[in-house]
Amino acid sequence: MVYSSILDWVNFPDIMANPYYPFETYNLPYDISQKLWEIIGGTIAWLINLLFPGNPVSEWLVCDMTVNFFALIIFMIVVFLVVFIGILISLWEERKVLGRTMDRRGTMVGMKGFLQCVADGFKTFMKEDTQPRKVDRMTYMWTVSLVIGTSMLIACMIPLSDRWYVVNYNTGLLLIMGLFALAPFFILVSGWSQNNKYSLIGGMRAAEMMISYEIPMLILIATACLMAGTFNIGGIVQAQYDTMPYFIPQCIGFVTFFVCANAEAERTPFDLAEAESELVEGWQTEYAGMKWGLIMLADYMRGYVSCAMITILYLGGWNLPFIGDLNNYVPELVFLLKTWLVFFAMIIVRAALPRVRTDQILNLGWKVFMPLSIINLVIVLLLKMGGVF
Amino acid sequence: MMADDNTEQTKTAGQMPAMKPVVDVAAETAKMETDKMWVIMGPQHPFSHGLWTLKIKVDGEIVTDAEPIVGYLHRGWEKEAENRPYPKIIPMADRLCYAASMTYTHLYCMTVEKALGIDPPDKAKYIMIIADEINRLQSHLMWLAAVGTDLGNFTVFLWAMREREYWMDMNVRLCGARMTTNYPRIGGVRNDTPELFDRDIIRCTEHFEKAVWDIIGLIDDSSIYVSRMKNTGILTPEQCANLGITGPALRGTGVDFDLRRDDPYSNYDQIDFDVPVLKQGDSYARYMVRVEEMLQSCKIIKQAMAKVRALGKNAPYRLKVPSNVPAGRHFAKLEDPRGESMMYLISDGTDKPYRLKVRSPIFVNVSASRELCMGCRIADVPAIMAMIDMCLGETDR
Repeated sequence: MVYSSILDWVNFPDIMANPYYPFETYNLPYDISQKLWEIIGGTIAWLINLLFPGNPVSEWLVCDMTVNFFALIIFMIVVFLVVFIGILISLWEERKVLGRTMDRRGTMVGMKGFLQCVADGFKTFMKEDTQPRKVDRMTYMWTVSLVIGTSMLIACMIPLSDRWYVVNYNTGLLLIMGLFALAPFFILVSGWSQNNKYSLIGGMRAAEMMISYEIPMLILIATACLMAGTFNIGGIVQAQYDTMPYFIPQCIGFVTFFVCANAEAERTPFDLAEAESELVEGWQTEYAGMKWGLIMLADYMRGYVSCAMITILYLGGWNLPFIGDLNNYVPELVFLLKTWLVFFAMIIVRAALPRVRTDQILNLGWKVFMPLSIINLVIVLLLKMGGVF
Repeated sequence: MMADDNTEQTKTAGQMPAMKPVVDVAAETAKMETDKMWVIMGPQHPFSHGLWTLKIKVDGEIVTDAEPIVGYLHRGWEKEAENRPYPKIIPMADRLCYAASMTYTHLYCMTVEKALGIDPPDKAKYIMIIADEINRLQSHLMWLAAVGTDLGNFTVFLWAMREREYWMDMNVRLCGARMTTNYPRIGGVRNDTPELFDRDIIRCTEHFEKAVWDIIGLIDDSSIYVSRMKNTGILTPEQCANLGITGPALRGTGVDFDLRRDDPYSNYDQIDFDVPVLKQGDSYARYMVRVEEMLQSCKIIKQAMAKVRALGKNAPYRLKVPSNVPAGRHFAKLEDPRGESMMYLISDGTDKPYRLKVRSPIFVNVSASRELCMGCRIADVPAIMAMIDMCLGETDR
């Protein structure tokens, strides 16, 4: 190939033509990443070629494999940043809405209070990272890393549209649910490792809670998958677009899932594991500085994922009804807006309700949610047998 | 017990090679006894409003024992009172309780008035009724705010604090200070009601009678709130009598007793009001009694204000009193927002008390924490203790 001008260096072929292209369908964030590498890498290659004409480094920088490698690195950053900003917005939304509900202003630092998140990030970063002497160091560090890591992973794995995804497995939903349910185990071990009675009780409560809401929640997910006939997230969203959003036929399931999702994200009224009025800060008591900041961020990531799951399973994902082809323009934004709307409902719940007790959530899980989810399953089965869906 | 019975049986039947008995569930459970641990809540714990400690012994989540520890805030109040002339103890008495300072100052003035054998003018008595009820409302609203946070909801906290600000403003209108007022005097009050005070307080009362239903609605209409409070921390009238519990906690168990009505001081006998009484004896009953008391306070304030107005502008509100108190022993009591507070004064004829003893209702009520917390869950401990309405200033003195 002959490279004469800069345009030849920065003009890459179509992304789908790259033999190392890692996806089966068109992927928007990957496209953006490759465009970015076209500009950065192509310019670097052209500059090197100007100084040392005909050198192999320049050609290596724009060959298919290198482009794929750097595009994937930028892809990770792009996907993470978009999710991260989405989560920061939900954090800001919570502070503002909660403030207004309580007859105060909420955060006020810059950009209608949005920059308070940044200020808090800096603050926790500057804090001294203390660690009690008698903790079990390895478990103390690893468990919290895993809680934060799994939360971050699933937050990034939620697809924002059929062109904005990280993986597109047929069992994508199961994978996300499996990772989502891991955190309570790490919380249990972490509470044990801290050598603190409050943390221990908090960790135990996380485990106690998990057995009460996890099973109804899985039944509800299975019901939605049964109705759509697939475990693929894109498939479920498409099925809802073809028929109707599932919160209409599965209204019982929708409400039950909303409550379970509150519990899964450990938000008030189900934040038993970090009940601050009796357990100081529950399992997070001994974490200081940036570790605590990241735990808080992980909490909001889990809240975001819970809302995203509701959006996917019941609210029709990234599609809006009645607007036809207009859905192709910004489905990602539609998805995020729906997620923030669900999060708004969660904030109102938090503002209105106190914390439930451990025995009450066990009762709720087994005596209320479980029968409701099974009734929902039976309704869906009847609808399926009647040929409505 | 079950394990012992089992071994007894096997011993008597031990002669013959009997069939191995099926697993005795009770005995197996008794073997698996879990370790109980002491959890020390306090002194720096979110649930202890103030500086005190509650040690609870937990078996898993169940509380099996509890022990309150107070005294972190001991300032030697009673000893210090012995070294001051009578009028100079009034600002100190304000510091006994930060949430309802006026009631303690009123009580102190009443004790010294008894010792001197004087009767303050009617106007002063009615003004003190208004002041007491304003302080009762402030104290109960602060308690309501604390109930919100102790149960894990911050909205109730801020809404109740917002309403409390209006009563704070009334305090400022009456005597110029928000919390430690230094307003009552031996033989009357420091100043007459200011201009337009009657208009302001009636407005404030009418606003509050509407606004309080927002907060009550948020709590009573929510099944989670109610289920967190019902059937927890149950007290019986007998336990109350044995432990000396007074105030809303006593009235929540069905004992119809209120000093304002049954042993009236100031001019409470001239005023028509109801004493709320509930029979259940649980946290919810205590909550309902306090809420109803707030509404009754509004009723009392309106009536007392009408009486003050009827007495006219030029009615006397303060007597001149001698500085030396004749020797003797004197005792006065008053219905504090938290219970019955009493003062016992031994005077020796000089201008300083020989001994001044304070009986704080909270110091007595908190001793019931073992009876209250037995068998409840850890999550209930803040909810139950919130109903005692801790105030450390008067407890530790």
